[in-house]
Amino acid sequence: MKYVDEFRDGDLARRIGDNIVHEADPSRDYRFMEFCGGHTHAIARYGVVDLLPGNLRMIHGPGCPVCVLPIGRVDMAIRLAFERGVMLCTYGDVMRVPASDGLSLMRAKARGADIRMVYSPLDALKLASANPGREVVFFAIGFETTTPPTALAIRQAESEGLQNFSVLCSHVLTPAAITHVLRSPEVQDYRTVPIDGFVGPAHVSIVIGSRPYEGFATTYRKPVVIAGFEPLDVMQAILMLVRQVNEGRAEVENEFTRAVTREGNACAQAAMADVFEVRESFEWRGLGQVPASALKIRGDYAAFDAETRFDLDYRPVADHKQCECGAILRGVKKPTECKLFGNVCTPETPMGSCMVSSEGACAAHYSYGRFRDIPVVSA
Amino acid sequence: MATPKRDYVRPLDLKTGRIDMNHGAGGRLSAQLIAEVFVRAFDNEFLGQGNDGALLPIPAGERLVMATDAHVIFPLFFPGGDIGCLSVNGTINDVAMLGATPRYLSASFILEEGLPLAELQRIVASMARAARDAGVPIVTGDTKVVERGKGDGVFISTTCIGTVRPGLEIGGARARAGDAVLISGTIGDHGVAVLSKRESLEFETAIESDTAALHTLVAGVLAAVPHDAVHVLRDPTRGGLATTLNEIAKQSGVGMMLQESAIPILPQVDAACEMLGLDPMYIANEGKLVAIVDPESAGDVLAAMRAHPLGRDAALIGNVTADSHRFVQMASRVGGHRIVDWLSGEPLPRIC
Repeated sequence: MKYVDEFRDGDLARRIGDNIVHEADPSRDYRFMEFCGGHTHAIARYGVVDLLPGNLRMIHGPGCPVCVLPIGRVDMAIRLAFERGVMLCTYGDVMRVPASDGLSLMRAKARGADIRMVYSPLDALKLASANPGREVVFFAIGFETTTPPTALAIRQAESEGLQNFSVLCSHVLTPAAITHVLRSPEVQDYRTVPIDGFVGPAHVSIVIGSRPYEGFATTYRKPVVIAGFEPLDVMQAILMLVRQVNEGRAEVENEFTRAVTREGNACAQAAMADVFEVRESFEWRGLGQVPASALKIRGDYAAFDAETRFDLDYRPVADHKQCECGAILRGVKKPTECKLFGNVCTPETPMGSCMVSSEGACAAHYSYGRFRDIPVVSA
Repeated sequence: MATPKRDYVRPLDLKTGRIDMNHGAGGRLSAQLIAEVFVRAFDNEFLGQGNDGALLPIPAGERLVMATDAHVIFPLFFPGGDIGCLSVNGTINDVAMLGATPRYLSASFILEEGLPLAELQRIVASMARAARDAGVPIVTGDTKVVERGKGDGVFISTTCIGTVRPGLEIGGARARAGDAVLISGTIGDHGVAVLSKRESLEFETAIESDTAALHTLVAGVLAAVPHDAVHVLRDPTRGGLATTLNEIAKQSGVGMMLQESAIPILPQVDAACEMLGLDPMYIANEGKLVAIVDPESAGDVLAAMRAHPLGRDAALIGNVTADSHRFVQMASRVGGHRIVDWLSGEPLPRIC
């Protein structure tokens, strides 16, 4: 595959790995958080950990879109499908997220709810056009990567005068989540969760640019290296982070220059700003209420806001008591430190959201890396 | 006054007609459907016996192998094949994977009210062609009709009976540490070809399903090596190569170590999976087989596969390890290691 295989080259990977081992100071530890689920997936899928020195640990951050989706939001979507009879459309990964009462969208579908998997909000628009007698709701989730397409779908629905299309908006914002992690007591108290730097988002940064991370470097003195989702991207970013730490620098650097600029995609940002505004606060699974961390649909487009249209109320639901997703998403615990991991909580029967998507810290470790810490009860 | 013509039955309208509930009622119309669509296409001496069952000869001294498979697929027609040839090849392959010679097929159809007869005829013609090419006659069958909305056009269940010669022991529990793991060609072609035609997902591609009957490939491999050299054969259909290898590891109580860079995959399949956020290791194949063989015979098996048109992209992709945890592992292209786990639920695209 042209332009992709080059970033999976074995010889080059070993050379970068050797450089990391060579340049890492054996007298100290390095702890870097990769924010994005895409990075977590790449690290696990390619066994990148095997190429890193023992004193360098990667902490899997909260950037897995389905992992941070709270139970209450999935419940809202299920209620819409069951109680209001809507045709509910969403992305594939969302189908398995555990909701209340042992349900998920996939299980709700099996019980008769009309739930459709789509690849794009435009597919939901098409369904709305083709089914004028039905209410079609797009359950929109994800970070800044998936937000512009939702904005465009809403604008297109308006220009086409679609009367039966609306969006259950659950889009969240990356910089707010990073700030939240940095302000958490565990990180503030350096002895509990030291984070020496961040591997910055790939696709998110294409949209928002590298500028929004500059505050993390200046205010919190944490290096950030924006990286692509290929294994060589991640390794090169780790090498750049090691160098920043060694040299006492805290800067925003960009490894993903083939796609990310400082200003980002102005056109996408304008579409987002036109359709959405920032919510005062939003519940993240694992992180709790995070101020100014999510988007809602502006009043101008209220007709397309499913929350207004169906007068929905949000009912928060607590995670399973023993589920450690929250601590894992903040980097306080490793998946294996959760009592449920690999026992009652597996990719087939996820209790917590980190086990749902292969981008989640728990599922990535279970599916790709559990040979490193056997024994685990086999499925 | 009109005089009825003796023995004249007005033929089915195969151009514009559709299946209705009468076709499944068991009366004259059912008999006509069977005669004009199925028997005409499948025609062979055993079907011609005209009984509800078929009386079949088998070679003396051989053991019987039987496999059955239900086929449901959307869309019914996809690049490189359709539900018809798929239902013949898939079941033949299940028999062939025990080293058996497939000999007879049965087919039962659940038709949905409203199915165009022209589509049914196309599907049946495709089955007949696949069965003829494979040299395995369809000797008995059944048809039922369900109301509109209760089927997906047509569901086809097929059963295949084969025979295996004495002394040949091939099965999923026979993999041993040290064995070589081979695949007969590129992975993921079928699944991606079908996905490319799904309503919400249409993308331009020249990828075709690899649906094929593999028994002659199996025969070629078995002829090339000592009779006890081939330990396991299996076709990695639903769940893909990853799931098949995990099944074998579990059955045999072993682990495996694969080399990612050795696994053959078409660049366009790789690219489609990349775009859709899917892993080709979990995508279905319909014309590939995994062979787990004595390491001493690996070279001969590979050569025999590559000498066959259905095995020209065959590759040695790893080996069997002693591992009480039965982990299928992979050395990635960049040099790290990971587990290649069972498929978990339906493969769903990632968002990030």
